[in-house]
Amino acid sequence: MTVHITTPTPDQPAPASSVGVVGWLRKNLFSSIPNAIFTIIGILLIYKLVPPALNWAFITADWTGTTREACTSDGACWVFVGVRINQFLFGFYPASEYWRVVASFSLVGVLVAWLLIEQTPKKGLVAAFTVFCYPIIAYFLFYGGAFGLPVVETHKWGGLMLTLILATIGMFCALPIGIILALGRRSSMPIAKSISVIFIEFWRGVPLITVLFMSSVMLPIFMPETWHFDKLLRALIGIVFFQSAYMAEVVRGGLQAIPRGQYEAAEALGLSYWKTMTFIILPQALKLVIPGIVNTFIALFKDTTLVLIIGLFDLLAVVQAAFADPEWLGYSVEGYVFVASVYWVSCFSMSRYSQHLEKKLHTGHAR
Amino acid sequence: MTAEAATQQTTSDEVMVELRDVNKWYGDFHVLKNINLKVTKGERIIICGPSGCGKSTLIRCMNRLEEHQQGDIIVSGITLDDDLKRIDRVRRDIGMVFQQFNLFPHLTVMENCCLAPIWVQKKPRKEAEAIAMKYLERVQIADQAKKFPGQLSGGQQQRVAIARSLCMNPSIMLFDEPTSALDPEMIKEVLDVMVDLAHEGMTMLCVTHEMGFAKTVANRVLFMDAGEIIEENEPNEFFDNPQSDRTKLFLSQIL
Repeated sequence: MTVHITTPTPDQPAPASSVGVVGWLRKNLFSSIPNAIFTIIGILLIYKLVPPALNWAFITADWTGTTREACTSDGACWVFVGVRINQFLFGFYPASEYWRVVASFSLVGVLVAWLLIEQTPKKGLVAAFTVFCYPIIAYFLFYGGAFGLPVVETHKWGGLMLTLILATIGMFCALPIGIILALGRRSSMPIAKSISVIFIEFWRGVPLITVLFMSSVMLPIFMPETWHFDKLLRALIGIVFFQSAYMAEVVRGGLQAIPRGQYEAAEALGLSYWKTMTFIILPQALKLVIPGIVNTFIALFKDTTLVLIIGLFDLLAVVQAAFADPEWLGYSVEGYVFVASVYWVSCFSMSRYSQHLEKKLHTGHAR
Repeated sequence: MTAEAATQQTTSDEVMVELRDVNKWYGDFHVLKNINLKVTKGERIIICGPSGCGKSTLIRCMNRLEEHQQGDIIVSGITLDDDLKRIDRVRRDIGMVFQQFNLFPHLTVMENCCLAPIWVQKKPRKEAEAIAMKYLERVQIADQAKKFPGQLSGGQQQRVAIARSLCMNPSIMLFDEPTSALDPEMIKEVLDVMVDLAHEGMTMLCVTHEMGFAKTVANRVLFMDAGEIIEENEPNEFFDNPQSDRTKLFLSQIL
């Protein structure tokens, strides 16, 4: 009998055409004739569009100065934005009180960062402070009227500050209300169920513009004259109700995706309805619908621009108002690009964080 | 352990579960028909029967995952009705293991086991964790305590599910086809745990087609068909000498 002994074959390098830069190009950009055509069109478009845009926005742009005479080159005139930046950020908030806005946003920035970064200790305490104490602090900082802070009426609020106030309050209220509505809609109690369904279908069925008009024009007509209800507050309530209806449907989608077995296992262990929801169902359901929740948040953030039509001066409205300044006629492109960048950076950050969150919360179960 | 040793195990006369003329319908479908059953402490009952015969429904009625419409179900002396407090007390006394394990995928093995002791029995976390560790060791999976269910095999998940139920210190355990969703090579590790449990004197009701297991641990086998208990006997008699034609047919199909 013969015994065959073969020495192990050493690994051979892959053909040069399938690895490295050439391989990648071949596989991804020139794998077929249509693909090659799209690649060439794409490169042409990039070449035609990107360098001129960069040139306009950065290279030939004017950055310093205080008057329009400083804008002598062909590029963007960022001087316009620079001169107006305080108004864009704070609206008509008195300059001497800007520090209050900065302090309030810095505080919430620190708190939110504390909650979002994984390694920080005492998250529960910070979360409780953010939910229960921070709103009171923020109210007195923004509005004043106590601790020697002069009152700043809400009609003076504006710019990015107003946008952020509308968006953050909208998000922080819409999510919990949405969750309650979603649970209500799936409840077996007929009253809770019909109230939730009617609420959701009503608010989802009307355009946000209508809601805002109703809140600012119609509501005061029906209310007794002695009732003075702040216009900003009315708009906020409208936005919160409107968005919580959408949020409810997003959350309901998550609830429906949880298998019955999860409810049964919780019931069999003797967990009550609320404990089952809090510890078992909602953590899983909310994780599933993070993309939908963030989608609603992003929509809400951008929808705040609609308050413009009821005379609130959010970021977009303030910038548009500045176009009317005879000193600075003709710089609307710079203004719109500025506004668009602020919105884009904010929304893109939310999107990135949500992707990070999804990865972090993934516990290895396939679904 | 031999079949004789298991069946010799003491059963007392204390009635743990009693069903009197229980009827249940799904819409018009009569799923349970006049079920009468008495389970005494330490009894190990196997329920078998063709698919759709109502065997799962029967044990799911015992902890009110399903509602029965007629008759009485009395568990540990508590009559099951719409009263949520009574349902709660019954559920604390009955553990249940499901075919699909139903572990909570977002919680670690340890958290799965501690959740109910902490939030239902109000035990301090330290104590709950110690209890959980004890039972996880008993089902030989303590080394996986920090993992998530999705990182375990089916057999390991089912053992965790058994440990999770035991953490509530139940006096009755219900098993709803605990090995049906498992790959063949994992069935034994789960059955071994269940055999151990039986030897320790746990009152068990088990819906299963594992006839080897039935012979080893059961002291009674119930055969159900079309919502009725057709035949009831001690295991050796049941398998060697089935009485009704339907039982004979069923046994010829599965053995």
